[in-house]
Amino acid sequence: MGVEGIGARVVRKEDKRFITGKGRYVDDIKLQGMTHAHFIRSPHAHAKVKKIDSSAALKMPGVVAVLTGQEIVDDKVGNLICGWAITSKDGSPMKMGAWPAMAPETVRFVGQAVAVVIADSKNLARDAAEAVVVDYEELPAVADIHAAIKAGAPQLHPEAPGNQVYDWVIGDEGATDAAFAKAANVVKLDVTNNRLAPNAMEPRAAIADYDAAEEHFTLYTTSQNPHVARLVLSAFYNIAPEHKLRVIAPDVGGGFGSKIFIYPEEMVALWASKKVGRPVKWTGDRTEAFLTDAHGRDHVTHAEMAFDANNKITGLKVKTYANFGAYMSLFSSSVPTYLYATLLSGQYNIPAIHAEVVGVYTNTTPVDAYRGAGRPEASYLIERLMETAARQLKVDPAQLRRTNFITQFPHQTPVIMAYDTGDFNASLDAAMKAIDYAGFAARKAKAKADGKLRGIGVSCYIEACGIAPSKAVGSLGAGVGLWESAEVRVNPVGTIEILTGSHSHGQGHETTFCQLVADRLGVPISQVSIVHGDTDKVQFGMGTYGSRSAAVGLTAILKAMEKMESKAKKIAAHALEASEGDIVIENGEFKVAGTDKAIAFPMVALAAYTAHNLPDGMEPGLKESAFYDPSNFTFPAGAYICELEVDPGTGKTSFVNFVAADDFGRLINPMIVEGQVHGGLAQGIGQALLEHAIYDANGQPVTASFMDYSMPRADDLPSFNLSHTTTLCPGNPLGIKGCGEAGAIGASAAVINAITDAIGKNNLEMPATPDRVWRTIHAA
Amino acid sequence: MSTVKLTVNGKAVAVDVEDRTLLVQLLRDHLNLTGTHVGCDTSQCGACVVHVDGRAVKSCTMLAGQADGASVTTIEGIAKGDELHPMQAAFRDNHGLQCGYCTPGMIMSAIDIVHRHGGQLDETTVRHELEGNICRCTGYHNIVKAVLDAAGRMKVSQAAE
Repeated sequence: MGVEGIGARVVRKEDKRFITGKGRYVDDIKLQGMTHAHFIRSPHAHAKVKKIDSSAALKMPGVVAVLTGQEIVDDKVGNLICGWAITSKDGSPMKMGAWPAMAPETVRFVGQAVAVVIADSKNLARDAAEAVVVDYEELPAVADIHAAIKAGAPQLHPEAPGNQVYDWVIGDEGATDAAFAKAANVVKLDVTNNRLAPNAMEPRAAIADYDAAEEHFTLYTTSQNPHVARLVLSAFYNIAPEHKLRVIAPDVGGGFGSKIFIYPEEMVALWASKKVGRPVKWTGDRTEAFLTDAHGRDHVTHAEMAFDANNKITGLKVKTYANFGAYMSLFSSSVPTYLYATLLSGQYNIPAIHAEVVGVYTNTTPVDAYRGAGRPEASYLIERLMETAARQLKVDPAQLRRTNFITQFPHQTPVIMAYDTGDFNASLDAAMKAIDYAGFAARKAKAKADGKLRGIGVSCYIEACGIAPSKAVGSLGAGVGLWESAEVRVNPVGTIEILTGSHSHGQGHETTFCQLVADRLGVPISQVSIVHGDTDKVQFGMGTYGSRSAAVGLTAILKAMEKMESKAKKIAAHALEASEGDIVIENGEFKVAGTDKAIAFPMVALAAYTAHNLPDGMEPGLKESAFYDPSNFTFPAGAYICELEVDPGTGKTSFVNFVAADDFGRLINPMIVEGQVHGGLAQGIGQALLEHAIYDANGQPVTASFMDYSMPRADDLPSFNLSHTTTLCPGNPLGIKGCGEAGAIGASAAVINAITDAIGKNNLEMPATPDRVWRTIHAA
Repeated sequence: MSTVKLTVNGKAVAVDVEDRTLLVQLLRDHLNLTGTHVGCDTSQCGACVVHVDGRAVKSCTMLAGQADGASVTTIEGIAKGDELHPMQAAFRDNHGLQCGYCTPGMIMSAIDIVHRHGGQLDETTVRHELEGNICRCTGYHNIVKAVLDAAGRMKVSQAAE
């Protein structure tokens, strides 16, 4: 593999700028003549906008403009779109309520913008916003899923009677009913998957700069996918055609899904920059992030699992209500359907599954993909069901899982997914060994003697990521293809630039992508640079989400490398007067196999550009590109086991051990993979123990700052015990499975299974705060 | 408006600012020291931590005027030329950062933690002391490793001085 090749724990190239304070995030950028935007946001969850009086604000020094929702509608800036069409079981399309970038008539969640102040400084814009008087007529609001679907509930959109977005089904209802009719045992469970706020540490920000002479816009934005942003802004929001709009996503301080979407603030900044003739900058504060970044999860589910007399699962029925908030965010519709229900088979042989998902509008912040996006909800449900079943059937939870593991691959589940490979026993074995599962009973007894309740919880997750074949997602309603592109530019002196459509916002692409090049050419990674995040530099790309950058983005680079190497070999063979088939690449040299004849890679590159001695008919230069569309999703899987203690006097949970055994196929940089797992686990544990985006019955957010929303901190978490098992993914040539979301998908069930094991009561909702745990322990 | 005179990363500066200006705004907006970040509005996240007269301070929670006459060190001021501070090197070597946004505040807090404990640190202490710095990427696992590693390196480098 070499010291910098595939599999090496190479420290990150990008770190130097971050540890010295030289990162360049959007808010760090200043443009000449730049103005600052401050949004005026609704304090009401549901209201009519009767009048906006900006006369006092406009008289304040330094105020450039106050622009309203009516103006953006009048200027024909398009309404926000949802890019994945879902069809209800009655054949009707999903019901889309209109979502203008700023509300001209009706606001439907606290924080929805109705106007924007543009001023010479951020403080002036804020001061002026205080002087804008908005006259609202409050309307009844509804925040809770159950309340929203009741007859007589406040209605959000005339397009969506009963606040229903869709009523979608998957699987074979008849076969599932038949399985339940014959079942020896049926296990039932109700679970709530708590709403979360993504909270990337960098708040969203945008700078829009309109060049009137060229009729050209530049947008600096906190995006995980700048090309998708440009496409949507151009094709649907009428900002500018693509060749007149450059989108730059520089260093981006975390995303976790929340920076996939194109938000009203970017649209308004672009539109306003043309209107005021100056660059417009907006940087959100943390409360704006809580109010307007798309939230995650928020499901209420009833599920039943049927077993035969041998404890084999024979059927699964699921009914889920998914809260979408007030509007359908960009990819929201796919999250509780194709990213959730298609994973309901878990790691198990389940012959019949039927799931129904009802999407619901409420007067809350829109909900969309957040780390895992549907798969954490599926995994949590299945793994809570398995634990509940083990307790009800009085069998060991690990053994019940083994009894039902899928062991033959490929495996077609009843819910679309065809698992390509895996070894679920191997990862469960590794996790059980790492935590000394066999010795748990003795440890529990000792803890009991000390007055503590000790529990152990297993979670065997599988997920589908590396999102993935365009044809497949297109057939399911996606509005985009999900391939990736790459370009390899070899410079005349042999240095290499890799242009990629993937976007790094913490994932370390500047290192791992170089490792592939080092591995193939034997050149040091210092000779390679990764170019990304700028639509003027990279031709197109789908960006980074769904754990796709290694499996899809890196494979695109591999394909472009192969083309480049093929041409370079021809040049080398010509120079060495050898046959192309005899050329091998070793340690930065192109060699004639079995001889000492060789030409260094920089000399091949130089030959390509001097073009003095190329094979007949060959074009000069050394630059190749590739588009790569995989044949399937990748299916990372693993086993997480959590051991913890609960203090019965306080309900407080303390970790004893947390082990994770993951199968991600081939690892490019194990250090970076482990970091991805650590972060995912922290978010999964955060969901299980701490985090909850709460609204009161009137739709007022209760948790809109770090004072109220409990983020996981260093002393809330343990150090993690990680290991890997390996089955190579057959769907891409490098054998990679995505690793970015697994931790967040698998962790929460392990924690709740462990706490419920410790306290001896099965019904416990997330987040399992000390208060909630104590009440559960002491409930009659 | 007031003129605030202070030393930043060893250089004396005088800046005219509105009285309501926060120290973090002075650093970022007036001095272009954008390594110090703002991650929240409530003094919770610690992305803005700098050293004021040798102590870790959340610069979003201090008025620029309160720093008049003080010596402020930011993330840009801790390396000696090309030689990284041991805490910076430990964060890199232990993969203690991903997106990098919380990192400057983490590093500045961590240096203060090592100083206050005289380099005598264990995992529990580090986790407790990092309570005022939020990271969303790393799960803190490698940050804790980095701080413990740097505590050892800082002892060595102090002994060498």
